[in-house]
Amino acid sequence: MQRIGVFVCWCGSNIAATVDVKAVAEAAKHEPGVVFSTDYQYMCSENGQAMIREAIKEHRLTGVVICSCSPRMHEATFRKTAVSAGLNPYMVEIANIREQCSWIHKDMAEGTEKAIILARAAIAKVHLNAPLVAGTSPVTKRALVIGGGIAGIQTALDIADAGFEVDIVEKAPTIGGRMAQLDKTFPTLDCSACILTPKMVDAAQHEKINIISYAELDSLSGFVGNFTAKIRKKARFIDETKCTGCGICTEKCPSRKGLNDFNMGLNTRGAVYIPFAQAIPNVAVIDSAQCIHFRTGKCGLCEKNCSAGAIKFDQKDEILEREYGAIVVATGFKPIDASAFNEYAYSDSPDVVTSLEFERIMNAAGPTKGKLVRPSDGKHPHEIVFIQCVGSRCTEDATKGKPYCSKICCMYTAKHAMLVREKYPDVKVHVFYIDARTPGKNFDEFYRRAVEQYDVDYIKGMVGKVSVEQDHLHVQGSDLINNEQIHINADMVVLATAIEPDPTARALGTMLTASMDTNDFFTEAHPKLRPVESPTAGVFLSGVAQGPKDIPETVAQAGAAAAKVIGLLCKNELTCNPCVAHANEALCNGCSQCERVCPYGAITYEDKEVRSPEFRGIKRIAVVNGAICQGCGACTVTCPSGAMDLKGFSNSQIMAEVDAICR
Amino acid sequence: MSVNQEWTPNIVAFCCNWCSYAGADLAGSGRMNYPANVKIIRIPCSCRLNPLFVLRAFQRGADGVILCGCHPGDCHYSTGNYYARRRMTMLFSMLDYLGIERGRTRVEWVSAAEGAKFAATMNDFVKTITDLGENKKLEDLRCKK
Amino acid sequence: MQEMIKERVLTLINEGAADRVLAWETGEFFYDRTPKFFDKNNVNDLKYDSFCGANVTKYLIAEMPKEGKTIVLVKPCDSYSLNQLCTEHRVNREKVYALGVGCRGKIDVEKLRTMGIKGITAITEEGDTLTVSTLYGEKKVARKDALLDKCLCCKGKEHKGVDEVIGDSEETSVGDKFEMVAKLEAMTPDERFEFWRGELSKCIRCNACRNVCPACSCIKCVFDNPKSGVDNKAAADDFEENMFHIIRAYHVAGRCTDCGECSRVCPQGIPLHLLNRKMIKDINELYGDYQAGAEIGQRHPLTDYTLSDDEPSVVHERGGANA
Repeated sequence: MQRIGVFVCWCGSNIAATVDVKAVAEAAKHEPGVVFSTDYQYMCSENGQAMIREAIKEHRLTGVVICSCSPRMHEATFRKTAVSAGLNPYMVEIANIREQCSWIHKDMAEGTEKAIILARAAIAKVHLNAPLVAGTSPVTKRALVIGGGIAGIQTALDIADAGFEVDIVEKAPTIGGRMAQLDKTFPTLDCSACILTPKMVDAAQHEKINIISYAELDSLSGFVGNFTAKIRKKARFIDETKCTGCGICTEKCPSRKGLNDFNMGLNTRGAVYIPFAQAIPNVAVIDSAQCIHFRTGKCGLCEKNCSAGAIKFDQKDEILEREYGAIVVATGFKPIDASAFNEYAYSDSPDVVTSLEFERIMNAAGPTKGKLVRPSDGKHPHEIVFIQCVGSRCTEDATKGKPYCSKICCMYTAKHAMLVREKYPDVKVHVFYIDARTPGKNFDEFYRRAVEQYDVDYIKGMVGKVSVEQDHLHVQGSDLINNEQIHINADMVVLATAIEPDPTARALGTMLTASMDTNDFFTEAHPKLRPVESPTAGVFLSGVAQGPKDIPETVAQAGAAAAKVIGLLCKNELTCNPCVAHANEALCNGCSQCERVCPYGAITYEDKEVRSPEFRGIKRIAVVNGAICQGCGACTVTCPSGAMDLKGFSNSQIMAEVDAICR
Repeated sequence: MSVNQEWTPNIVAFCCNWCSYAGADLAGSGRMNYPANVKIIRIPCSCRLNPLFVLRAFQRGADGVILCGCHPGDCHYSTGNYYARRRMTMLFSMLDYLGIERGRTRVEWVSAAEGAKFAATMNDFVKTITDLGENKKLEDLRCKK
Repeated sequence: MQEMIKERVLTLINEGAADRVLAWETGEFFYDRTPKFFDKNNVNDLKYDSFCGANVTKYLIAEMPKEGKTIVLVKPCDSYSLNQLCTEHRVNREKVYALGVGCRGKIDVEKLRTMGIKGITAITEEGDTLTVSTLYGEKKVARKDALLDKCLCCKGKEHKGVDEVIGDSEETSVGDKFEMVAKLEAMTPDERFEFWRGELSKCIRCNACRNVCPACSCIKCVFDNPKSGVDNKAAADDFEENMFHIIRAYHVAGRCTDCGECSRVCPQGIPLHLLNRKMIKDINELYGDYQAGAEIGQRHPLTDYTLSDDEPSVVHERGGANA
């Protein structure tokens, strides 16, 4: 039996005006287990707290009920008071007789009766309270960043600058990501490579950053502060430690059929290649599907010509096992496949290109050395049509496309239009748009420059059809403002294709038990208040993996994610919330229903020997990781046997409150 | 100690800690009146409400049970109220199917900023239950001595 | 078919593919078929005929700690229960060889009795006709009139996820399985209350429904656990009769495959399946068609959600009469 003390606060006249506090204290005395009951003007004052401390000691109290203001106000205060008197803080319960009683009722008798009932409920609950001790777990002071685009690079740099080790795992042979493919960036029109590549170099040279390129996460176990990752480093058939990046092998390679991914497949590359001149690491990679040596066993020209002796045809995938305290997801995006949109003739004509392909065409390091030419015949185009929202903002039930706005297309299309008009004033440029969305610093000014200074023809409306005619593309669309059909004979059509999460994201989300939305974007722990954290503790989000965003937003979010990681890694150990779920081994069926509703992936299963009257032997039981559980209780209700319960809000505690209220 | 002898309903309100319990506090700070028949039990999240608790309340003589939680999409734990929504839908449907009066159970989403909504909801719920009368179909007579 | 099954089971055991078989044996009366494990020495006593209505899959749970593999005979409806048990990790699919057996509906001897046929000594079947021998002579009954209720709203004769199927099946479903639920929904709340009070007050808390139910597989039921706050042995008053069945239906909601065993075994003839079927109907209508046990690994609707689910008030808003 607990020895319970009840302390009724007047809160000046806030409570005492409508609740007879003496009557409440008196009524509480008659409740089972109550050995001390009193009232005082201000329980939260130093004198009030001293009174509680003394009573705990004098009456050897094991439980304390404070009838006062909301626990949201002073629960923490009174818990500290209990601790200072040697009582476990979780042996304190608050009966909210101010916000939820005295302040809403005018009648003294009514208010007093209700206050007594609320006190009884708290007393009934505290009878079933148990001392709870917050556990701790150590923190591995190293972070893993998955994805080496601008988001991953920025996050890694910020974490490393704070003095923590960071590994960047990048699936491509080089870091740089999508930003490396861009020509200019809006709204300043500075060259993408000029601002990105120094950051790539910074990352490569940073003593705390370790770049693991051409690698993917194979599996992950553990929890916040204590992850163990297995990283598959794919065989690139080149000894990274020997390759100097001289590029002779790439020139000698006789295979020329592999599509150049970096140039969006607009040209070809050798079987041994370096993705682009500023690649980091500046090390070649062999595409074994294209390599003549792998296909026929002959050739080997690269090997013969490599003075460094770096070619290793017998190289195998390698698994690295590393430990981390925090993980940042920065997996980025890809443009959706435009071939699903037959109406725009993307599959029918090489002169219909996506915006990212157009970006490569305009790029001085691209397949045309930055000269704007039609892909079909290499001729100079005279009229270009840009189509916005290709696959973005589609209705939920559409068979193709995405329901969301891809956010960046309005701006990069204005950029493309402007760049074309700047370089080639003879080219007519039309843009079909639904809305021009420009909410960003200097964005609307930028868009208006395209319209006003560069005379880009913006047409509000969508294109119905692009058809391939002899030497041009026939574009048929509607002009909603002038309410007319428009026909344009264009030389090129550029599709502002929607962006979608990288295809590797889904599998990664499963591996990390990080939740995703229906579009495979990672969801944040709270959409407003915790936007860079995943609901899974220790997993953070950076860049487009979380949702469409432009470069400045990505960099800002990358920094925010880094700050969160630093905040975690600078702790030596983590204190866990003790009000967590736990499974009663004797009752657990191991049915896995709790795991399905846990938003944090805190529940795993293990086969364990159990001895209870109902069961003897080895059975599958749920195990809650207290470091991950946040104490929502979703699992407790899903559990049919009642094996899963929540400390601090247990089934029996809540039922005791119900009983007290319904008495 | 009964205030008046005529019957008044007894109502149990389960409120999630993050939104609705705070909303109830706000109703109090704003001195918004609602009847004293409503007694609030704090739970961490609407998804903590086990249907057993609802049945237990009716067994012990509650006349109405209401669950308040964060608005869908605003759950502190991201998804709790979505599970609660399905669970309560199925429980209410079961009670309805067994012929328990409609309206004895309710779910209302109340944010921490909606003190006025909390008070209005409780006033309305108390009125509904008063009109429905005493819970006779789902009570355990042994609990009502 | 019985002989084909025995032969196949023996082959499987002799080949080392399995060690035993879970099937049926004859019970006290000639029409009783009770679950039983056989090995190759007594497999000859295995029975499979028109009386094998019982769903034996739940018996696999206790078998799991044993070494080796168990063949289980499953009718199409039983295959759903097996899959559901595997989804919930109560049965390890790798330790089971699911042998689907053909089904043309199972006979309900109680139905013959309610037709007024007394003193039944034997039943033989030929095509669509049953010949019932009684102490007072022979009677002919159309087979379809003597089928178990659960067979009349069969989910279909496809075995889901079994390793092989022996024998042919015939459709037995004759109507809409939700017909009775819809009728109840159309009543006023007071009429429904009267209906259920009338039915549930017959409950003697024998726990047969719970013990037969493949979804009720808890190692310790909340009703047997003094700490659960709802434990009780026998229904002592109206509330407990309600409580037991509400909680049971709720605990199996989303997991119930609608195998109909609860009603089949109820000695008081309470149509318990109507509670479960209501949950199934609601799930289908509110969250999209869902069949528990259709495959292993499903996520059931109460452990799932969509952002646009209806609010619980939908229960009070949609169809059905009000007071």
